[in-house]
Amino acid sequence: MVATRHRPPQTEFEASPSTAPLAFGASRSAASTRPALIDCDLHNELHGDVLALVPYLSDRWKRHLETFGVRSPAGGFFPRFMDHREDARPPSGRRAGSEVAFTRSQYLDPFRVAYGILIPLSPAASQQNHEFGAALATACNDWQVAEWLDPEPRLRASIVVPIEAPDLAVAEIRRRAGDPRFVQVQFTGRPQEPMGRRKYWPIYEACQEYGLKVISHAFGSYGQPITGAGWPSFYLEDHVGPAQAMQANIISLVTEGVFDRFPDLKVISVENGAGWLPSLMWRLDASWSLLREEVPHLQMAPSEYVRRHIWATSQPMEEPHQPHQFGEFIEHLGSLADHILFASDYPHWDADQPDEAFPVRLAPDLEHKIYYGNAAALYGLGETK
Amino acid sequence: MTSLSNTLRTETPLAAGNVTELIDGDVHNVIPDTHALFPYLSDHWREHITNTLFKGVPETSYPRWAPTTERPGSELPNWRQAGSDLSVVTRDVLDADGLSYAVLCCTYAIDSLHNPDAAIAMARAVNDWQISEWLDKDERLRATIVVPTQLPAEAAREIDRVGDHPGFVQVGMPVRSAVPYGSRLHAPLWEAISRKRLVGAIHFGGAPGTPPTPSGWPSYYLEEHVGMAQVFQTQVVSLVTEGIFDLHPDLRVVLLEAGVTWMGPFLWRFDKEWRNLRRLVPWVKRAPSAYVRDHIRLTIQPVDAPPSDIQLRQAIEQIGSDEMLVYSSDYPHRHASEPSRLLSVVTEAHAARIRSANARALWKLT
Repeated sequence: MVATRHRPPQTEFEASPSTAPLAFGASRSAASTRPALIDCDLHNELHGDVLALVPYLSDRWKRHLETFGVRSPAGGFFPRFMDHREDARPPSGRRAGSEVAFTRSQYLDPFRVAYGILIPLSPAASQQNHEFGAALATACNDWQVAEWLDPEPRLRASIVVPIEAPDLAVAEIRRRAGDPRFVQVQFTGRPQEPMGRRKYWPIYEACQEYGLKVISHAFGSYGQPITGAGWPSFYLEDHVGPAQAMQANIISLVTEGVFDRFPDLKVISVENGAGWLPSLMWRLDASWSLLREEVPHLQMAPSEYVRRHIWATSQPMEEPHQPHQFGEFIEHLGSLADHILFASDYPHWDADQPDEAFPVRLAPDLEHKIYYGNAAALYGLGETK
Repeated sequence: MTSLSNTLRTETPLAAGNVTELIDGDVHNVIPDTHALFPYLSDHWREHITNTLFKGVPETSYPRWAPTTERPGSELPNWRQAGSDLSVVTRDVLDADGLSYAVLCCTYAIDSLHNPDAAIAMARAVNDWQISEWLDKDERLRATIVVPTQLPAEAAREIDRVGDHPGFVQVGMPVRSAVPYGSRLHAPLWEAISRKRLVGAIHFGGAPGTPPTPSGWPSYYLEEHVGMAQVFQTQVVSLVTEGIFDLHPDLRVVLLEAGVTWMGPFLWRFDKEWRNLRRLVPWVKRAPSAYVRDHIRLTIQPVDAPPSDIQLRQAIEQIGSDEMLVYSSDYPHRHASEPSRLLSVVTEAHAARIRSANARALWKLT
């Protein structure tokens, strides 16, 4: 058990060979030699931005889209140096990640992806017009069924909902709940209010009712700055920021007593890293030990809620300055190491090649858990085929 | 109260030299009430405070009666705020701990004042009050210049006004700000700090009127108390990314009351992002951790320690430098564990640095 393991000998954590990153598809080892994996952050991209959804919109919302476009709170965009991985662009020239056939041949097959959890990055959740946001969400989910889930049985998907209009979000959850290929409900990285706030409880209630997980994927907001100190200047800051943003959401979920109210709820932090989890748990417990009078509804130490209810995906995995410190990180996670899920973030520019996602070679049992077992247990998916 | 230095004297074998010296890098001097500033305000502002709804700044960062605001034993009679009485600070902190220096950090929330004239006048009054009622009365004290951080040019004027006073060693900046401190909007502030060879002191709290999380306003003080660590992380990212330490190569910044154990894993992530994205910020020539280790210091209360001493030592070692930590009591605030716990898990040489050498280097105390 990882939870009780003492500090492993140095040899168990061998530093990765310092070779250049590989292009997707130009892998070092043959597919047949790889163990199967579950990818918990796989992106199905909308080609032409929202135009991919036009066939799935009603005439009323098509006209709206043509006339007014998508309108989210503006001013939060940090231009970066590239779009997605150029080597993941399909031969058609469309956007990387926008065609299931190419995702299959370039990624799912060679890397033996047993299951891939789709996370579409749509503008639905951040629309100022909530009715339009709900229409976009429904269209996006229909698009996922028709163009991703139906053609590819290894895929599972996240339900896109207009989170800032919880009644409309719950309606969309009910619409999808009968399709077991939808496994979770998707929040942006920075909802309009901290994730534990009362506003979102109807969404959590529906998720618990249908056994759906909740994810918060890095980035995306309702116009709030990426930091608790206002808007930064550079994309580098925007790209470090999700780690801080997700911590605020976890603090809120725990403190508000969401997990007492919805004891079966499971929340997955996606693309926010995980190195911050130990210190966050220590700080939560330290502050709570003095301030618990303010939150008498909490039934146990905050870290215990984190251990029971929070999961985190690997990419972008922190890279400790010394290889042995990765082992310390796993030890500091303790039982929470069973909640770390492999994620590639394919086909984004910072995606992790599954063979090279960690800065050290993982011990075999830990490797199996992170790449497969933890996600299989969480999502109720089958063991390795 | 238990004296830290007495505890250490009985528990820690002492090496030669001045290893017993203790410098406290974070003690809070509190303005008892707005009237205490009247001698340092003009007639205009005295009248304004007396006759209007303006009664001074709000103190939301430290709720008056929260268990974290005043530690047991620090309370004063007649509902006076802990930390507002020099004689008590002298007895319970300076004398009890045998300090050679205490660095005062007044957290009066000038940043909450939207009226620029009020902010300027109140900041000046606070600094004049600090000189007359604290610095002039005990030579072991050093203090923090309080400035209107929301008005960087005016902040610079105040730094120029009082920055040559030998008692002032740093400029206070509440960690919560409307715009991150590395932004070019704040350039005059950093130029003045650098010009006067002072330290930039980013401290817990702040009331800029903007939310403390990237998802808006939380419900509980507990959330802000825990979440302040993430705001500190943001400010470190901003300072390094904007090239503040390239512009001011001798600049030193101290994070007061920020927590300690988050720093190592935070640097792992920041370094990784810089490696991937450094072409967008070509002036950032070295890994962020190198800038942080050269320029940024942390006071050690609170620590946010794990239950295991071994894990605490590992978390401290993950920071990767024995020059970054500075002893603090954070008097009169209360935290979950005593600073002696951290000192007990590091090597004796490291503990000695934390107790005084790092503080001497940071604030150039001689």
